[in-house]
Amino acid sequence: MSLRTALGRPFAVARSRLTTRRSRVLAGVLALVVVIVAIVGVGALVRDDPAAAVPATEQRIDVAAGPGDPARIGIDTTLFLPPGVRGRAPAVLLAHGFGGSKAELRRDAEALARSGYVVLTYSARGFGGSAGQIMLDQPDYEVADARALIDWLATRPEVRLDGPGDPRVGVAGASYGGALALLTAAYDPRVDTIAPQITWHDLADALLPNAAGGGPADGVFKKMWAGLFFSSGTNPLGSLAPIDANTGCGRFAEQVCAVYREVAVGGRSTPQAIDLLRRASPASVADRIAVPTLLIQGQNDSLFPLDQADRNAAAIARNGAPVETVWTAGGHDGGRPQSAMVRDRVTGWFDRWLKPAQATPRAGTPTAAGEFRVTRSGGVDSATREQRLRIADTGHYPGLGGTRQRAVALAGPEQTVANPPGGAPTSVSGLPGLGLLAGAGSLGALASGAGDLGGIAFDLPGQSAFFQSEKFDQSTWITGSTTARVRVSGADDIVLFAKLYDVAPGGGTVLPHQLAAPIRVSGAAAGRDVEIRLPAIDHQVDSGHRLRLVLTATDLGFASPGAPASYRVALAGPLTVPSVPQLHVASTGYPWWTWGLPLIAVLVALALLLTGRRRAAAAAPDPALAEVPLQIRGLTKRYKGGKLAVDDLSFRVEAGQVLGLLGPNGAGKTTTLRMLMGLILPDGGEIRIFGRVVGPGAPVLSRLGSFVEGPGFLPHLSGRENLSLYWRATGRPHADAHFDEALEIAGLGEALDRNVRTYSQGMRQRLAIAQAMLGLPDLLVLDEPTNGLDPPQIRAMRDVLIGYAATGRTVVVSSHLLAEVEQTCTHVVVMHRGRLIASGPVGEIVGNGNTLVIGTPVPDLAIATLKDLPGVGSVEPEEGGVLVQLAGAQASVLVAELVGAGVAVDRVTARRRLEDAFLTLIGES
Amino acid sequence: MTRTLPELPTDEGAHPIPGASHAPGYRPRHTLPIRVEAVRQFRRRRTLFMIGLLLALPWILVAAFKIGGDPSPDAVPTLVDVATKSALNFTAFTLFVSTGFLLVVAVALFCGDTVASEASWSSLRYLLAAPVPRARLLRVKLVVALGYSVLALVLLPLMALIAGVIAFGWGPLDLPVGASLPTGEALGRMSVVVVYGVVAQLVVMGIAFWLSTVTDAPLGAVGGAVGLVVVSNIVDAVTALGSWRDYLPTHWQFAWVDVLQTDPQWDGMIKGSAVSVAYAVVFLALAFRHFGRKDIVS
Repeated sequence: MSLRTALGRPFAVARSRLTTRRSRVLAGVLALVVVIVAIVGVGALVRDDPAAAVPATEQRIDVAAGPGDPARIGIDTTLFLPPGVRGRAPAVLLAHGFGGSKAELRRDAEALARSGYVVLTYSARGFGGSAGQIMLDQPDYEVADARALIDWLATRPEVRLDGPGDPRVGVAGASYGGALALLTAAYDPRVDTIAPQITWHDLADALLPNAAGGGPADGVFKKMWAGLFFSSGTNPLGSLAPIDANTGCGRFAEQVCAVYREVAVGGRSTPQAIDLLRRASPASVADRIAVPTLLIQGQNDSLFPLDQADRNAAAIARNGAPVETVWTAGGHDGGRPQSAMVRDRVTGWFDRWLKPAQATPRAGTPTAAGEFRVTRSGGVDSATREQRLRIADTGHYPGLGGTRQRAVALAGPEQTVANPPGGAPTSVSGLPGLGLLAGAGSLGALASGAGDLGGIAFDLPGQSAFFQSEKFDQSTWITGSTTARVRVSGADDIVLFAKLYDVAPGGGTVLPHQLAAPIRVSGAAAGRDVEIRLPAIDHQVDSGHRLRLVLTATDLGFASPGAPASYRVALAGPLTVPSVPQLHVASTGYPWWTWGLPLIAVLVALALLLTGRRRAAAAAPDPALAEVPLQIRGLTKRYKGGKLAVDDLSFRVEAGQVLGLLGPNGAGKTTTLRMLMGLILPDGGEIRIFGRVVGPGAPVLSRLGSFVEGPGFLPHLSGRENLSLYWRATGRPHADAHFDEALEIAGLGEALDRNVRTYSQGMRQRLAIAQAMLGLPDLLVLDEPTNGLDPPQIRAMRDVLIGYAATGRTVVVSSHLLAEVEQTCTHVVVMHRGRLIASGPVGEIVGNGNTLVIGTPVPDLAIATLKDLPGVGSVEPEEGGVLVQLAGAQASVLVAELVGAGVAVDRVTARRRLEDAFLTLIGES
Repeated sequence: MTRTLPELPTDEGAHPIPGASHAPGYRPRHTLPIRVEAVRQFRRRRTLFMIGLLLALPWILVAAFKIGGDPSPDAVPTLVDVATKSALNFTAFTLFVSTGFLLVVAVALFCGDTVASEASWSSLRYLLAAPVPRARLLRVKLVVALGYSVLALVLLPLMALIAGVIAFGWGPLDLPVGASLPTGEALGRMSVVVVYGVVAQLVVMGIAFWLSTVTDAPLGAVGGAVGLVVVSNIVDAVTALGSWRDYLPTHWQFAWVDVLQTDPQWDGMIKGSAVSVAYAVVFLALAFRHFGRKDIVS
């Protein structure tokens, strides 16, 4: 073998191994990525299931332009049909929020249609593609439109009828659409159930509230919200450009527009305004809404606060109809609209009241309001960085006074509150309509998270009075409207904004849901006691926290008097704090996979381990071989790709032998030795060491010492530590190791205590051979032990091996060098391409001197001289001489005969068959 | 090599025993004792470097805060705003900044390197031929790698606590939202955090350990595990996936933050533990299955 190939081999092997290792890791990583991508893909598919496409048709339905008006206007509608439903199905009419159109209802409509409803969405008059002007849910206009649409639904063959012209129908909508649902239920007896969301009971009261009682005539104008509300009806959709006060009525009807202008400019209500707003309010027909109603109101809603839903609930319950109330974490101010939960509840509600075969009988005697659900914050979810929501519920909606009231004393002196000229600068309770300004679309569809930005509240000193409670000794939920009693004096017309803060021990304050309650007190120059209904909230006051009541003269969201004034504010009683202890957060439990996933994983793991077990090497020990160090029979190993590395190899090694495993590179020697160590598993055949079958971890391997394909040490430890730790890893007694002998063989001297990483190749080699000899194994296997050693070391190594075998132990040495085998071994096994070529005692294989090559220039004469000699088997000519098979004759006799016969003899050499064969093999490979 | 041969014993009582199934004193269950494996791993530069880094990090952060001054609160309250309030706050902050990557790397290093490095040093084949049974070798290596990982996950908060006491003083744990927890309760919560930290990293451990049995390149195993965590984090950022993200290996790795609020939340940690344990169990099974059948050619 040339030096180049000798050096090239380990490199080539190392390189190819590296590539396969690396590519396998790469494959593993890729496989995992594929799994993740698959999860993603399946997720995307499941979320938008194309199979459940909902058939939809668009149509314009003409309705009367106004009461007694022969003109007709077109209403833009879309009808969604339940996919896969034959026969008639109940219908749902969906109305949108202010400033929106039917487009925003598509998802809700499709969800309902998939639940088996015929759904009609439409754009209200003045919005979207519908003609006409905005009349603000007036009974003769918007409500009449809805009734006309119900007429149309009654003509559809897909819609189930309760009677001629009377479809089974529910109405749902948010905000503007919610009020429309309530009003339609009042004006049209064909409506079977409604699910209004975040909407008003009394629009006049919502826009001109007065928390001290007294009604909208004495209300404080909610100018910010009113402006937003108005502007979203005067401008093209989606834009909120400044309104031109002279011309800008947009799509509002003239009479609505005029009323708004009057109020907006004056900052006070007018009888016309109250009249107009009242007619657009369920409050005006509160005694006529008598269908099952699901009221969904947002806790983050300074436009239509919870008390609007409270009054709707009370009215409907009075009429004897079932009513349920849900407080979500959303609302017009943003927060979390909980769209999925709302959609589920609305669908469930309709399933309950629209699906039964018999229509619900009309309501009769007053009943208590039904179930009550409140969404509560349950801490922050670190995975989503969002507030986690929990839903608390109780069987009966108790109203805003709660089921239990607690008096909480406040402390604070009488304080003077100054109203700044022009009403500015203002205190701030929140930023109303932030969700809308952020471009969320209509007033009914709100961006999630917008409320998080509105968490600003402050009260200008000098313009505000502060009263504070003691620390709460235990945490308390406030559910409903807290009432406060104060005495105000100093002016005839006093406007104040009352807020209830939660004050943490560290001084941090929270204004729950950013809500303020405006009050207007007239005729209070000499002082008046007023009871303030603070905003309805659901809020937990932790133990150690205090409540702080603040009354401030201004608020960003409201119109306050422009004239400078100063009021005096004093306490007139404790706070009355309502709570509903019956509210109970039902444990939602954990999704099935919380327990299922680990269980599945354990099952998968068991399956992997059980199917992955190799058949145990069950072959019994062979007592006949108990003293045979090594017997290999029919050993076969096929590498991936089909190449046979070892092909039906059989040989046997007896005790005391030094066996040379000889073969060119690639002959399968190393593979054989690896199988011998239990590192790789044969595809066929077996290896027995002292009669025991070898497999991975076979205990008999402890009788084997090995050095195969280079040393393997921990580079960060010294040679001595390496040997010591290796021996400790075998778990055998320290005394059995014979460290001294092994270290003597390694001959490393002082280097023994240096880190292995500093060793030369030869030093590592010697250390590795020493490691193989630790414990003086009965069978010592060394792969190319002299590689990298210098000639004196090679010689010494040879002596070591011969000496080792002389103790009765057995040595197997692999080599590709014939000379080395010849000098060291007693026996030899020759391999080529995985096959056994020859085996036997070295002398026998290497050549025993029975064949002589005699060099002579006259071969013919030589043949003639020799062929008849006794003890000569045969004589044949060969290049440069003759080949003689001896059959007993001595070489010296032959030479004497030849010389005697006058044959010139150049040389006499023993023919070494093996070498010839071996050289031929190497030449081929 | 010495010129003279050592005297090799020839006829000790134990040698050679005809037909003995194993060498005298050899017992499979006594091979590769955990202590031996711990020593073999401990002296590695990589182990010492990682432990040193984890011990130094709190001091680096202390220096950063001393140079940069106290953090000023942002619009959204976070752990960094209150990092310098007390030792406990500083510890929570240190954990928060290390969880996403540094601790992942540490765990991936200890678990990903352990088998692959033996393969790359070629020492694996001698251990297996000693013979250390394959399953035992993996078990011991897993226990030691886990031990070092837990050590890393405990050392960091411990050192942060010490550094925090020296730099910022002992005191209650201020929560970002304004409340604060008394020291006793806060210490209890912090131990929950550390325990969950260990459980949440089991998934990284499982992936790294499996890769370690697949490859002979130690950095391939470590890098592969870290890479998968990075991929998982990126996919986790796609909020459009909705609840499918719940099953990502790293989705819940910050769930321990849930106990650092007045109203501690357990959902995230319970779900996170379920996901992490499930992944870990499967990957460990893959590792044992693969290693048990593998042809060792390193």
